[in-house]
Amino acid sequence: MKAIEFRDVHYEIAGRPILRGVSFTVEAGETLVLLGRSGSGKTTALRLVNALAYPTRGEVLVNGRATADSDPIALRRGIGYVIQEGGLFPHWTVAANIGLAPRLNGWTAQKTSARVDELLTTIGMDGGDYASRRPRQLSGGQRQLVGVARALGADPPILLFDEPFGALDPITRLELQNWFLSMRERLKKTALFVTHDVSEALLLGTRIALLDEGELAWEGPAADFRRARLPQAQAFLACLRTPEEPGASSHA
Amino acid sequence: MQAATPEFVTLTLEHAWLVAVAVSIAIAIGLPAGMLTARHAHVRRVALGSASVFQTIPSLALFGFLVPAPFIGGIGKRTALIALVLYALLPIVRNTVVGIASVEPTVRESAVAMGMTDRQILLQVEAPLAARTILAGIRIATVATIGTATIAAAIGGGGLGVLIFRGISMADSGQILAGAIPAAALALMADGVLSWIEGKLSV
Repeated sequence: MKAIEFRDVHYEIAGRPILRGVSFTVEAGETLVLLGRSGSGKTTALRLVNALAYPTRGEVLVNGRATADSDPIALRRGIGYVIQEGGLFPHWTVAANIGLAPRLNGWTAQKTSARVDELLTTIGMDGGDYASRRPRQLSGGQRQLVGVARALGADPPILLFDEPFGALDPITRLELQNWFLSMRERLKKTALFVTHDVSEALLLGTRIALLDEGELAWEGPAADFRRARLPQAQAFLACLRTPEEPGASSHA
Repeated sequence: MQAATPEFVTLTLEHAWLVAVAVSIAIAIGLPAGMLTARHAHVRRVALGSASVFQTIPSLALFGFLVPAPFIGGIGKRTALIALVLYALLPIVRNTVVGIASVEPTVRESAVAMGMTDRQILLQVEAPLAARTILAGIRIATVATIGTATIAAAIGGGGLGVLIFRGISMADSGQILAGAIPAAALALMADGVLSWIEGKLSV
Protein backbone atom coordinates (compact mmCIF):
# COMPACT_ATOMS: atom_id res chain seq x y z
CA MET A 1 0.00 0.00 0.00
CA LYS A 2 1.24 3.45 -0.84
CA ALA A 3 1.47 5.57 2.31
CA ILE A 4 2.98 8.63 0.66
CA GLU A 5 3.14 9.47 -3.01
CA PHE A 6 4.73 12.44 -4.78
CA ARG A 7 3.38 13.00 -8.28
CA ASP A 8 5.47 15.37 -10.40
CA VAL A 9 5.76 17.80 -7.50
CA HIS A 10 7.00 21.30 -8.17
CA TYR A 11 7.46 23.89 -5.47
CA GLU A 12 8.52 27.50 -5.84
CA ILE A 13 9.16 30.33 -3.44
CA ALA A 14 8.80 33.73 -5.08
CA GLY A 15 9.48 32.23 -8.51
CA ARG A 16 12.60 30.37 -7.32
CA PRO A 17 12.21 26.62 -7.90
CA ILE A 18 12.87 24.49 -4.80
CA LEU A 19 11.47 21.22 -6.12
CA ARG A 20 11.35 20.42 -9.83
CA GLY A 21 9.13 17.55 -10.87
CA VAL A 22 9.78 15.13 -8.03
CA SER A 23 7.97 11.79 -8.06
CA PHE A 24 8.40 8.90 -5.65
CA THR A 25 6.35 6.65 -3.41
CA VAL A 26 6.80 5.39 0.12
CA GLU A 27 5.16 2.03 0.74
CA ALA A 28 3.55 1.41 4.11
CA GLY A 29 6.09 0.14 6.64
CA GLU A 30 9.23 1.24 4.81
CA THR A 31 11.67 4.00 5.66
CA LEU A 32 12.52 6.25 2.76
CA VAL A 33 15.52 8.44 3.44
CA LEU A 34 15.59 11.73 1.57
CA LEU A 35 19.29 12.36 1.16
CA GLY A 36 20.63 15.63 -0.13
CA ARG A 37 22.88 18.60 0.46
CA SER A 38 21.70 21.78 2.17
CA GLY A 39 19.28 23.55 -0.14
CA SER A 40 18.47 20.44 -2.16
CA GLY A 41 14.79 20.72 -1.22
CA LYS A 42 14.60 17.70 1.09
CA THR A 43 13.10 19.57 4.06
CA THR A 44 10.61 21.25 1.73
CA ALA A 45 9.58 17.81 0.45
CA LEU A 46 8.99 16.71 4.03
CA ARG A 47 6.91 19.80 4.81
CA LEU A 48 4.68 19.07 1.82
CA VAL A 49 3.61 15.76 3.38
CA ASN A 50 1.89 17.27 6.41
CA ALA A 51 0.60 20.35 4.62
CA LEU A 52 3.05 22.83 6.14
CA ALA A 53 3.30 23.81 2.49
CA TYR A 54 1.46 22.84 -0.69
CA PRO A 55 2.94 21.96 -4.10
CA THR A 56 2.93 24.75 -6.65
CA ARG A 57 2.29 22.07 -9.27
CA GLY A 58 1.67 18.31 -9.04
CA GLU A 59 0.34 16.67 -5.91
CA VAL A 60 1.33 14.91 -2.74
CA LEU A 61 -0.88 12.04 -1.63
CA VAL A 62 -1.03 10.72 1.90
CA ASN A 63 -2.87 7.40 2.20
CA GLY A 64 -4.17 7.96 -1.31
CA ARG A 65 -5.55 11.42 -0.67
CA ALA A 66 -4.09 14.70 -1.97
CA THR A 67 -2.92 17.00 0.82
CA ALA A 68 -4.60 19.89 -0.98
CA ASP A 69 -7.97 18.15 -0.52
CA SER A 70 -7.42 17.27 3.14
CA ASP A 71 -8.11 19.21 6.29
CA PRO A 72 -4.57 20.21 7.33
CA ILE A 73 -5.26 19.96 11.08
CA ALA A 74 -6.70 16.44 10.83
CA LEU A 75 -3.92 15.41 8.44
CA ARG A 76 -1.18 16.64 10.79
CA ARG A 77 -2.74 14.96 13.82
CA GLY A 78 -2.37 11.64 12.01
CA ILE A 79 1.34 12.13 11.24
CA GLY A 80 4.22 12.19 13.73
CA TYR A 81 6.84 14.89 13.20
CA VAL A 82 10.34 15.07 14.65
CA ILE A 83 12.76 17.93 14.11
CA GLN A 84 16.25 18.78 15.24
CA GLU A 85 16.38 19.64 18.96
CA GLY A 86 12.92 18.09 19.23
CA GLY A 87 11.01 21.38 19.07
CA LEU A 88 9.66 20.50 22.51
CA PHE A 89 7.56 23.03 24.40
CA PRO A 90 9.99 24.41 27.00
CA HIS A 91 7.23 25.36 29.46
CA TRP A 92 5.70 21.88 29.53
CA THR A 93 6.92 18.78 31.34
CA VAL A 94 8.17 15.77 29.43
CA ALA A 95 4.88 13.99 30.17
CA ALA A 96 2.80 16.92 28.89
CA ASN A 97 4.92 17.13 25.74
CA ILE A 98 4.51 13.42 25.00
CA GLY A 99 0.77 13.63 25.72
CA LEU A 100 0.23 16.47 23.24
CA ALA A 101 -0.96 14.43 20.24
CA PRO A 102 -3.24 12.15 22.30
CA ARG A 103 -4.90 15.21 23.83
CA LEU A 104 -5.23 16.94 20.46
CA ASN A 105 -6.88 13.79 19.19
CA GLY A 106 -9.39 13.91 22.03
CA TRP A 107 -8.14 10.97 24.11
CA THR A 108 -9.33 10.79 27.70
CA ALA A 109 -6.94 11.89 30.45
CA GLN A 110 -6.67 8.30 31.64
CA LYS A 111 -5.87 6.86 28.22
CA THR A 112 -3.41 9.70 27.55
CA SER A 113 -1.58 9.13 30.79
CA ALA A 114 -1.34 5.38 30.14
CA ARG A 115 0.02 6.12 26.67
CA VAL A 116 2.60 8.55 28.09
CA ASP A 117 3.82 5.88 30.53
CA GLU A 118 4.05 3.38 27.70
CA LEU A 119 6.09 5.77 25.56
CA LEU A 120 8.40 6.69 28.44
CA THR A 121 9.13 2.97 28.69
CA THR A 122 9.68 2.76 24.93
CA ILE A 123 12.37 5.45 25.10
CA GLY A 124 13.87 4.03 28.30
CA MET A 125 12.98 7.03 30.44
CA ASP A 126 10.36 5.38 32.65
CA GLY A 127 12.54 5.39 35.77
CA GLY A 128 13.45 8.44 37.83
CA ASP A 129 11.64 11.75 37.62
CA TYR A 130 11.87 12.18 33.84
CA ALA A 131 8.11 12.56 33.38
CA SER A 132 7.97 15.70 35.51
CA ARG A 133 11.13 17.32 34.12
CA ARG A 134 11.23 20.24 31.74
CA PRO A 135 13.03 19.79 28.39
CA ARG A 136 15.94 22.00 29.49
CA GLN A 137 16.63 19.57 32.33
CA LEU A 138 17.43 16.82 29.80
CA SER A 139 20.50 16.09 27.70
CA GLY A 140 20.37 16.69 23.94
CA GLY A 141 19.94 12.97 23.26
CA GLN A 142 17.15 12.68 25.82
CA ARG A 143 15.36 15.69 24.34
CA GLN A 144 15.55 14.05 20.95
CA LEU A 145 14.11 10.81 22.34
CA VAL A 146 11.26 12.75 23.94
CA GLY A 147 10.74 14.43 20.56
CA VAL A 148 10.36 10.99 18.96
CA ALA A 149 8.06 9.85 21.77
CA ARG A 150 5.93 12.95 21.24
CA ALA A 151 5.69 12.15 17.53
CA LEU A 152 4.61 8.59 18.40
CA GLY A 153 2.05 9.96 20.88
CA ALA A 154 -1.21 9.19 19.14
CA ASP A 155 0.27 6.12 17.43
CA PRO A 156 0.30 7.62 13.92
CA PRO A 157 1.04 5.22 11.04
CA ILE A 158 3.36 7.77 9.37
CA LEU A 159 6.38 9.52 10.89
CA LEU A 160 8.38 12.41 9.45
CA PHE A 161 11.93 13.05 10.60
CA ASP A 162 13.76 16.27 9.73
CA GLU A 163 17.44 15.64 10.54
CA PRO A 164 16.46 14.58 14.04
CA PHE A 165 19.92 13.39 15.10
CA GLY A 166 21.96 16.06 13.35
CA ALA A 167 22.82 18.09 16.44
CA LEU A 168 23.94 15.15 18.58
CA ASP A 169 27.45 13.94 19.35
CA PRO A 170 28.40 10.88 17.24
CA ILE A 171 28.06 8.35 20.05
CA THR A 172 24.62 9.55 21.12
CA ARG A 173 23.66 9.71 17.46
CA LEU A 174 24.60 6.07 16.94
CA GLU A 175 22.66 5.06 20.05
CA LEU A 176 19.57 6.83 18.79
CA GLN A 177 19.99 5.43 15.29
CA ASN A 178 20.13 1.91 16.72
CA TRP A 179 17.13 2.68 18.88
CA PHE A 180 15.31 3.95 15.77
CA LEU A 181 15.99 0.65 13.98
CA SER A 182 14.67 -1.46 16.85
CA MET A 183 11.67 0.82 17.29
CA ARG A 184 10.82 0.51 13.61
CA GLU A 185 11.16 -3.25 13.80
CA ARG A 186 8.61 -3.39 16.60
CA LEU A 187 6.17 -0.67 15.59
CA LYS A 188 6.05 -1.15 11.79
CA LYS A 189 5.78 2.56 11.01
CA THR A 190 6.10 4.25 7.67
CA ALA A 191 8.86 6.84 7.88
CA LEU A 192 10.16 9.63 5.71
CA PHE A 193 13.56 10.60 7.02
CA VAL A 194 15.52 13.66 5.91
CA THR A 195 19.28 13.73 6.34
CA HIS A 196 22.46 14.96 4.69
CA ASP A 197 24.48 12.21 6.36
CA VAL A 198 25.06 9.38 3.90
CA SER A 199 26.05 6.84 6.57
CA GLU A 200 22.82 7.61 8.41
CA ALA A 201 20.91 7.14 5.15
CA LEU A 202 22.54 3.76 4.51
CA LEU A 203 21.97 2.65 8.10
CA LEU A 204 18.34 3.68 8.50
CA GLY A 205 16.82 3.65 5.03
CA THR A 206 15.06 0.72 3.45
CA ARG A 207 15.09 2.95 0.38
CA ILE A 208 17.02 6.09 -0.47
CA ALA A 209 15.93 9.03 -2.60
CA LEU A 210 18.74 11.40 -3.51
CA LEU A 211 17.66 14.99 -4.09
CA ASP A 212 19.94 17.30 -6.03
CA GLU A 213 18.98 20.93 -6.60
CA GLY A 214 15.29 20.14 -6.38
CA GLU A 215 15.41 17.10 -8.65
CA LEU A 216 15.28 13.44 -7.82
CA ALA A 217 18.73 12.26 -8.90
CA TRP A 218 18.51 8.65 -7.75
CA GLU A 219 16.01 6.41 -6.02
CA GLY A 220 16.17 2.79 -5.01
CA PRO A 221 16.85 0.25 -2.26
CA ALA A 222 19.41 1.47 0.26
CA ALA A 223 21.61 -1.55 -0.45
CA ASP A 224 21.96 -0.50 -4.10
CA PHE A 225 23.00 3.06 -3.32
CA ARG A 226 26.64 2.07 -2.76
CA ARG A 227 26.82 0.91 -6.35
CA ALA A 228 25.17 4.02 -7.78
CA ARG A 229 27.39 5.43 -10.51
CA LEU A 230 26.08 8.95 -10.97
CA PRO A 231 28.38 11.76 -9.76
CA GLN A 232 25.97 13.16 -7.15
CA ALA A 233 25.76 9.74 -5.46
CA GLN A 234 29.53 9.26 -5.77
CA ALA A 235 30.06 12.62 -4.04
CA PHE A 236 28.06 11.37 -1.05
CA LEU A 237 29.70 7.94 -1.02
CA ALA A 238 33.11 9.63 -0.92
CA CYS A 239 32.08 10.96 2.50
CA LEU A 240 32.18 7.43 3.91
CA ARG A 241 35.68 7.32 5.31
CA THR A 242 35.56 3.96 7.06
CA PRO A 243 36.15 0.96 4.76
CA GLU A 244 33.78 -1.48 6.48
CA GLU A 245 30.07 -1.32 5.86
CA PRO A 246 28.00 -0.07 8.80
CA GLY A 247 26.05 -2.92 10.31
CA ALA A 248 27.89 -5.43 8.08
CA SER A 249 27.90 -8.10 10.79
CA SER A 250 24.11 -8.32 10.76
CA HIS A 251 24.01 -9.27 7.06
CA ALA A 252 25.99 -12.52 6.77
CA MET B 1 1.69 69.48 56.70
CA GLN B 2 -0.80 68.40 59.36
CA ALA B 3 -3.69 69.93 57.43
CA ALA B 4 -2.50 68.21 54.24
CA THR B 5 -2.31 64.73 55.78
CA PRO B 6 -5.89 63.60 55.16
CA GLU B 7 -5.80 65.26 51.74
CA PHE B 8 -2.68 63.45 50.57
CA VAL B 9 -4.19 60.12 51.60
CA THR B 10 -7.33 60.78 49.56
CA LEU B 11 -5.27 62.02 46.65
CA THR B 12 -2.95 59.00 46.80
CA LEU B 13 -5.95 56.70 46.59
CA GLU B 14 -7.37 58.73 43.73
CA HIS B 15 -3.99 58.59 42.01
CA ALA B 16 -3.74 54.81 42.41
CA TRP B 17 -7.29 54.46 41.09
CA LEU B 18 -6.50 56.57 37.99
CA VAL B 19 -3.43 54.45 37.27
CA ALA B 20 -5.21 51.15 37.90
CA VAL B 21 -8.10 52.03 35.58
CA ALA B 22 -5.82 53.41 32.86
CA VAL B 23 -3.46 50.41 32.92
CA SER B 24 -6.39 47.95 33.00
CA ILE B 25 -7.93 49.54 29.92
CA ALA B 26 -4.52 49.60 28.21
CA ILE B 27 -4.09 45.88 28.96
CA ALA B 28 -7.60 45.12 27.69
CA ILE B 29 -6.76 46.84 24.40
CA GLY B 30 -3.02 46.25 24.12
CA LEU B 31 -2.84 42.55 24.93
CA PRO B 32 -5.27 41.34 22.24
CA ALA B 33 -3.91 43.92 19.80
CA GLY B 34 -0.36 42.69 20.39
CA MET B 35 -1.37 39.03 20.12
CA LEU B 36 -3.32 39.53 16.93
CA THR B 37 -0.67 41.64 15.24
CA ALA B 38 2.40 39.64 16.32
CA ARG B 39 2.12 37.22 13.41
CA HIS B 40 1.58 39.81 10.71
CA ALA B 41 4.69 41.87 10.13
CA HIS B 42 2.80 44.54 8.22
CA VAL B 43 0.01 45.14 10.75
CA ARG B 44 2.59 44.94 13.51
CA ARG B 45 4.57 47.85 12.11
CA VAL B 46 1.43 49.99 11.87
CA ALA B 47 0.36 49.14 15.43
CA LEU B 48 3.78 49.76 16.93
CA GLY B 49 4.25 52.89 14.82
CA SER B 50 1.03 54.52 15.93
CA ALA B 51 1.63 53.58 19.54
CA SER B 52 5.11 55.14 19.30
CA VAL B 53 3.67 58.37 17.92
CA PHE B 54 1.63 58.86 21.09
CA GLN B 55 4.73 58.19 23.13
CA THR B 56 6.65 61.02 21.42
CA ILE B 57 4.04 63.67 22.27
CA PRO B 58 5.07 65.46 25.47
CA SER B 59 2.53 64.45 28.09
CA LEU B 60 1.56 67.96 29.09
CA ALA B 61 0.93 68.77 25.42
CA LEU B 62 -1.19 65.63 24.93
CA PHE B 63 -3.36 66.58 27.89
CA GLY B 64 -3.63 70.06 26.40
CA PHE B 65 -4.58 68.71 22.95
CA LEU B 66 -7.29 66.50 24.39
CA VAL B 67 -9.12 69.25 26.31
CA PRO B 68 -10.65 70.92 23.22
CA ALA B 69 -11.17 67.60 21.40
CA PRO B 70 -14.82 66.74 20.69
CA PHE B 71 -16.46 63.73 22.45
CA ILE B 72 -13.33 62.50 24.20
CA GLY B 73 -12.09 65.88 25.46
CA GLY B 74 -13.04 68.34 28.15
CA ILE B 75 -11.77 69.03 31.64
CA GLY B 76 -11.89 66.11 34.05
CA LYS B 77 -11.01 62.51 34.80
CA ARG B 78 -12.25 60.99 31.56
CA THR B 79 -9.89 63.06 29.44
CA ALA B 80 -7.04 62.30 31.82
CA LEU B 81 -7.78 58.59 31.60
CA ILE B 82 -7.79 58.62 27.81
CA ALA B 83 -4.37 60.27 27.74
CA LEU B 84 -2.99 57.84 30.32
CA VAL B 85 -4.30 54.84 28.37
CA LEU B 86 -2.63 56.10 25.20
CA TYR B 87 0.68 56.33 27.03
CA ALA B 88 0.37 52.94 28.67
CA LEU B 89 -0.45 51.21 25.38
CA LEU B 90 2.98 51.26 23.75
CA PRO B 91 4.98 49.26 26.28
CA ILE B 92 2.17 46.71 26.57
CA VAL B 93 1.64 46.24 22.82
CA ARG B 94 5.38 46.28 22.13
CA ASN B 95 6.25 43.73 24.78
CA THR B 96 3.37 41.46 23.75
CA VAL B 97 4.54 41.55 20.15
CA VAL B 98 8.20 41.06 21.07
CA GLY B 99 7.36 38.28 23.53
CA ILE B 100 5.36 36.33 20.99
CA ALA B 101 7.78 36.99 18.15
CA SER B 102 10.65 35.68 20.27
CA VAL B 103 9.11 32.23 20.72
CA GLU B 104 11.60 29.85 19.09
CA PRO B 105 10.64 29.13 15.48
CA THR B 106 11.20 25.39 16.00
CA VAL B 107 8.72 25.41 18.89
CA ARG B 108 6.07 27.15 16.83
CA GLU B 109 6.85 24.98 13.81
CA SER B 110 6.46 21.78 15.77
CA ALA B 111 3.20 23.05 17.29
CA VAL B 112 1.81 23.60 13.79
CA ALA B 113 3.18 20.28 12.56
CA MET B 114 1.58 18.39 15.46
CA GLY B 115 -1.81 19.68 14.35
CA MET B 116 -2.48 22.46 16.85
CA THR B 117 -4.90 25.14 15.69
CA ASP B 118 -3.86 28.82 15.60
CA ARG B 119 -5.89 29.43 18.72
CA GLN B 120 -4.30 26.53 20.58
CA ILE B 121 -0.83 27.70 19.57
CA LEU B 122 -1.55 31.24 20.76
CA LEU B 123 -3.10 30.27 24.09
CA GLN B 124 -1.11 27.17 25.00
CA VAL B 125 2.30 27.93 23.52
CA GLU B 126 2.91 31.54 22.54
CA ALA B 127 1.11 33.36 25.34
CA PRO B 128 2.65 31.33 28.19
CA LEU B 129 6.13 31.63 26.69
CA ALA B 130 5.67 35.38 26.22
CA ALA B 131 4.12 35.90 29.68
CA ARG B 132 7.25 37.25 31.34
CA THR B 133 7.97 39.73 28.59
CA ILE B 134 4.33 40.84 28.54
CA LEU B 135 4.32 41.32 32.30
CA ALA B 136 7.50 43.39 32.05
CA GLY B 137 5.64 45.63 29.60
CA ILE B 138 2.75 45.98 32.05
CA ARG B 139 5.22 46.86 34.79
CA ILE B 140 6.92 49.52 32.68
CA ALA B 141 3.53 50.93 31.69
CA THR B 142 2.35 51.03 35.31
CA VAL B 143 5.44 52.77 36.65
CA ALA B 144 5.41 55.31 33.81
CA THR B 145 1.68 55.95 34.25
CA ILE B 146 2.14 56.67 37.96
CA GLY B 147 4.54 59.45 36.97
CA THR B 148 2.51 60.76 34.04
CA ALA B 149 -0.69 60.76 36.10
CA THR B 150 0.67 63.59 38.26
CA ILE B 151 0.29 65.81 35.20
CA ALA B 152 -3.36 64.78 34.86
CA ALA B 153 -4.14 67.28 37.62
CA ALA B 154 -3.47 70.05 35.10
CA ILE B 155 -6.73 69.17 33.33
CA GLY B 156 -8.75 68.32 36.39
CA GLY B 157 -7.83 64.65 36.58
CA GLY B 158 -7.14 64.81 40.31
CA GLY B 159 -4.55 62.65 42.01
CA LEU B 160 -1.26 63.60 43.60
CA GLY B 161 -0.55 66.15 40.87
CA VAL B 162 -3.01 68.43 42.65
CA LEU B 163 -0.54 68.86 45.52
CA ILE B 164 2.42 69.28 43.18
CA PHE B 165 0.77 71.94 41.01
CA ARG B 166 -0.51 73.77 44.08
CA GLY B 167 2.95 73.61 45.64
CA ILE B 168 4.50 75.04 42.47
CA SER B 169 2.05 77.96 42.27
CA MET B 170 2.46 78.70 45.99
CA ALA B 171 6.24 78.12 45.91
CA ASP B 172 5.66 75.66 48.76
CA SER B 173 8.14 72.81 48.51
CA GLY B 174 6.39 71.01 51.38
CA GLN B 175 3.28 70.66 49.23
CA ILE B 176 5.32 69.53 46.24
CA LEU B 177 6.96 66.84 48.35
CA ALA B 178 3.61 65.80 49.81
CA GLY B 179 2.62 64.96 46.22
CA ALA B 180 5.95 63.71 44.90
CA ILE B 181 6.93 61.37 47.72
CA PRO B 182 3.72 59.28 47.71
CA ALA B 183 3.91 59.14 43.90
CA ALA B 184 7.47 57.83 44.06
CA ALA B 185 6.46 55.36 46.79
CA LEU B 186 3.57 54.11 44.63
CA ALA B 187 5.90 53.64 41.69
CA LEU B 188 8.43 51.71 43.77
CA MET B 189 5.72 49.54 45.24
CA ALA B 190 4.19 48.73 41.85
CA ASP B 191 7.62 47.95 40.45
CA GLY B 192 8.41 45.67 43.39
CA VAL B 193 5.17 43.73 43.30
CA LEU B 194 5.15 43.29 39.52
CA SER B 195 8.84 42.31 39.42
CA TRP B 196 8.13 39.68 42.04
CA ILE B 197 5.29 38.21 39.96
CA GLU B 198 7.56 38.31 36.90
CA GLY B 199 10.15 36.28 38.77
CA LYS B 200 7.51 33.70 39.70
CA LEU B 201 6.67 33.24 36.03
CA SER B 202 10.13 31.95 35.11
CA VAL B 203 9.76 29.24 32.53
